[in-house]
Parts: sequence; C-alpha cells; structure tokens
Amino acid sequence: MQQNQICFRTLHLSQPWSLKTYESIGGYKVWRKILTEKTPPEQILAELKLSALRGRGGAGFPTAVKWTFIKRDAPGQKYVVCNSDEGEPGTFKDRDILLFNPHQVIEGMAIAGYVMGATVGYNYVRGEFNEPLARIEEAVLEAQQAGLLGDNILGSDFDFNLYNVAGAGAYICGEETALLNSLEGKQGWPRFKPPFPASYGVYGCPTTINNTETFASVPVILEKGGQWHLDQGKPNNGGYKIFCVSGHVNKPGNYEIPLGTPFNDLLALAGGMRAGKKLKAVIPGGSSAPVLPVAVLQDLTMDYDAIAKAGSMLGSGAVIVMDEDTCMVKVLARIADFYFEESCGQCTPCREGTGWMARILQRILQGKGLAEDLDKLDSIAGNIMGRTICAFGDAAAMPVRSFLKHFREEFTAYIRS
Amino acid sequence: MQELPQDITTAIDQILQKFPATQRQSAVIAALMLVQKRNKGWLTTELMDLVADYLQIDRIIVYEVANFYSLFDLKPVGRHKIYVCTNLSCMLRGSEDVVNYLQEKLCVGLNQTTADGKFTLRAAECLAACGGAPMMQIDEEYHENLTPEKINKILMEIE
Repeated sequence: MQQNQICFRTLHLSQPWSLKTYESIGGYKVWRKILTEKTPPEQILAELKLSALRGRGGAGFPTAVKWTFIKRDAPGQKYVVCNSDEGEPGTFKDRDILLFNPHQVIEGMAIAGYVMGATVGYNYVRGEFNEPLARIEEAVLEAQQAGLLGDNILGSDFDFNLYNVAGAGAYICGEETALLNSLEGKQGWPRFKPPFPASYGVYGCPTTINNTETFASVPVILEKGGQWHLDQGKPNNGGYKIFCVSGHVNKPGNYEIPLGTPFNDLLALAGGMRAGKKLKAVIPGGSSAPVLPVAVLQDLTMDYDAIAKAGSMLGSGAVIVMDEDTCMVKVLARIADFYFEESCGQCTPCREGTGWMARILQRILQGKGLAEDLDKLDSIAGNIMGRTICAFGDAAAMPVRSFLKHFREEFTAYIRS
Repeated sequence: MQELPQDITTAIDQILQKFPATQRQSAVIAALMLVQKRNKGWLTTELMDLVADYLQIDRIIVYEVANFYSLFDLKPVGRHKIYVCTNLSCMLRGSEDVVNYLQEKLCVGLNQTTADGKFTLRAAECLAACGGAPMMQIDEEYHENLTPEKINKILMEIE
C-alpha cells in the first residue's frame, strides 16, 4: 500500500520542513502558477469538488462546498483561518504536519485566500505546541522572504499575509466559533449559529475555517488533479487520510493511507496488537466518536461513509485501539472526566450533565454503583444531545451511549459486585 | 510595578501588528504569556491590570481570559511545570504509573509544588502526542515514550 502521498510527502527527505526541500518536490508550483496565470477561482473550486476532499478536522464537510459560501467579490475584509488547535483525544497528526511540512499548510491557506478573496490568514496553534509553532513561524518567514506571501505577491496584485497565533490551553477552542472568539482575545465560548462564520466570522467578517490537514491537502490536489485525488480513495471519500493509531498496538503512530483501506490493514501497519493480545474495541475517530466492538471491525473500511454506516464516525482520524484486558468502565469514566473538565460551562445541559455523568461513572468504578445508574446515564446523555450551542455536548454524550450499548454487561457486573 | 518593562511592551507591539489596529484585545493571550513567563510562571492581579491598561481594554476581560485558559496560573508555581498527560491513549499505555512514579520521586501530589520550589506536578488532558504515549510536557518541551529511567534522566538535566 502506498503511504505518505499528500501531507507527509516530504517526510522521507532531509530537513523536510525547509522551503528548499518543499520546493524540491514541487512545492509552491501550484501557487506560482495560479498567480501567474490568474487561474479563475471557479476552476480551482471545480477541481476541489471533483477531488471529494472532506474536512479532516472532524466533521467531514466537503471543502469545496464550504469555500463557495464566501462570495469572493463581496466588499470588505475576508479571512482564512487554519484550525491547528489539535486536541481531540487520540489525535496527533496536525502536530506532525506543522513540524515536518509547514510550507504545504501555508500554500494551502494562500490558495484558499486567493479563491475566496481573503487577504489575511490566521493559523491558530494550540498553546502547548511550542516546537510546531516555531517551525511554522520559521516557514512563514521563509515564504515571505521568497516573495510567496505578503503584498502584491510575484507581481500579481494579490496580497496574502499569514499570521500564526497561539492559544493557551482549552480543548473547546478547536470548535470553530470558540476559536474565533479566542482569536479575538476572548474566552473560548462557542457562538450561536447562525450566523455562520462564512457570513460573520473573525471580527464579524466573512471567514473560512479549515483544519491543518485539509489546507495541506489542497496543493497536492491541484497539482495532480481532482480526479487523481478521488481515485486514491472512494467516491465521496477522496484521497488519503492520516490515521493516528494509539493504544495497545506495537507501533503507535501516524499513517497516511488511502481512504477506504480495510481496518485490518491499518492495524497491521501499526504493528498489530501489543503482546499478542486480542483486539477488543476501537474508537475510530477521537474520543468523541462512538466506540466500535471487535465484531464490527473485521469488515470495516476506514472512510467517512463506512464508519458512519458502522455507527461511529471517522472524526479526526484518531484510532484508539484497546485489547482484551481493557476495562471499559474505566475507559468511559476517563472519557467522561475529560468532557467534564473541558466543558466551557456556557450551556446548562453540558455544564451540569458532564459533571453528573462523570460522578456516576466514578461511583460505578469504585463499586458503589446503583441499580438505576445506567438508565440515569442514558437519560442524562439524551438530555445533553441536541440541547447545546455547539457539538461538544453531543461529543460528551455519544461515548456514554455507545459504551452502554456495546459493553453494558461490564457496567452491570460492576454494579452487581 | 507601575508599568510593564519596555522589552515586554515592544514584544506586545510586535504581536499587535498581526491584527487590525482596532483589535488590540486580540493580543491579550500572547501578552499574558509574555508577562507570566517573566514573573516566574504566574500572573498577579497587578500584572493583569497592566496588560489591560496597555491594551486599552477592560480589566475584567483580562481576568476572564486568564481564568479560562489552563496555561495561565494565578497563584505561585514551581520553577518548572510538569504536565503528565493522563487522557485515554496515555492511560492505555501506563500514564498512571508515570504519575505515581513522579509523585513518589518528587514527594508531592498532583497540583502541588516540591518543597524546594523546583517543580509543580500536574495531570493534563490530551497534549496531542498519543503516538509517543505515555508522555509529559515540562515547561515548553514534550517528552514521549516515558519509562522510569527516562524520567530520571530528564529530571536530572533540569536546573
């Protein structure tokens, strides 16, 4: 199986993060061509549409559709924002993209700016990412000095200035409107939608927000063509995706492989199960995604539609693997603690519900669970879902419901003992 | 302290260049980070007020931001902050052992500072390095694939 064809295409080279290396494999060629030929934005959007590129941050929204929400010729400032606030538990791909191929993120953002008529881009990097931030800061400087960013780029009359901005520790800032508030120097509270960022984003201006991996995919798609990208994956699930494999495997790590690859092949790439243990369950898309038991995994392919059909979601591509010795009560209790800790507190169902669920699960884990606890958990989860400003509430509720659905007997055993 | 040191205000001015002139509040997180770093890793009300005044924004906004984000400290801390990731992927690969080992070795509990003021020990949520689990962050640096031997070596090398 071919690997590392898109975001990790510089990975095998020395100093893969440098401008010199990036240009040696054709980096910025697309950007130069667009500026020289003044490629019509519609043509770029058509290629992206054909490519079936979908958002790599979690929601899987078609990128080309998102980019048409902004009217290029509308008056006033517009913005492009890159979401490098990687924090979905189990996800560690954007960190590697920033560390090893920062120029491709820059090129992708610049192209997005051109398509949507945005002259300013912000890359919001989580506050803990000191080393990745330093890398992309250096890359932005290199690109500026090479005349690839700034005003009147390559004499094209087009301006694009890119700034990196650091967060300060808050999972919720990965939610796009919380991120916008954070960029504005506020606490990271998600905003009501509508209005959506495309009409009312940063500073109230039209804004397009995409994940780091999404932006980094764009230059390669435009270089090799939308059809090429589509052919790498499956219809409606084009291209490669970085899967972050963690947990009970021999070789945890990032694997950039075609969408639609069988789960078993990904597991084999990650060295198989650690210590010869049997597979028990996998969370296929970060801790917000419903857990899948081993029976479902045997025939699963790793793409948006197949994982959704199996009852979960591809999410950010964070594949958390658990072996036969894993206690699912303990795992769910840990997940519930996380959502309680990170709830921003704005909406009552989430603020109170996540704490309630976390306390019940700790009680069960300590052997003090009550007979009615499982129904109560289910009811609290149901009362959070769909009743909050942002998707965090659903993300906190879905794991609870899926663990109870697939591993209920483990929970009842704890309560009985 | 009556005003922020000049090198800090110069750095804040540079940060402000990233944003429209009317959006000085956008620099608040970065400004607080600079000030916190200079003040032994934590923020006083006086410092927050100075940042607010320099950015010409209401003080309450700065307090809100400083309270909201986990990387800001509003009480004195050790010279080095240790954050051990205890989220799921790290838990599956032994983060509880790492926490226990550090607690014993440093003779502190979580959210406590060692008697010599050198380390503050904390548990952290996912730091996006699950491929190197179990892992921890000390100040600005990540340390992955931790073992007791590796932890000993890392701690020894810190002043």
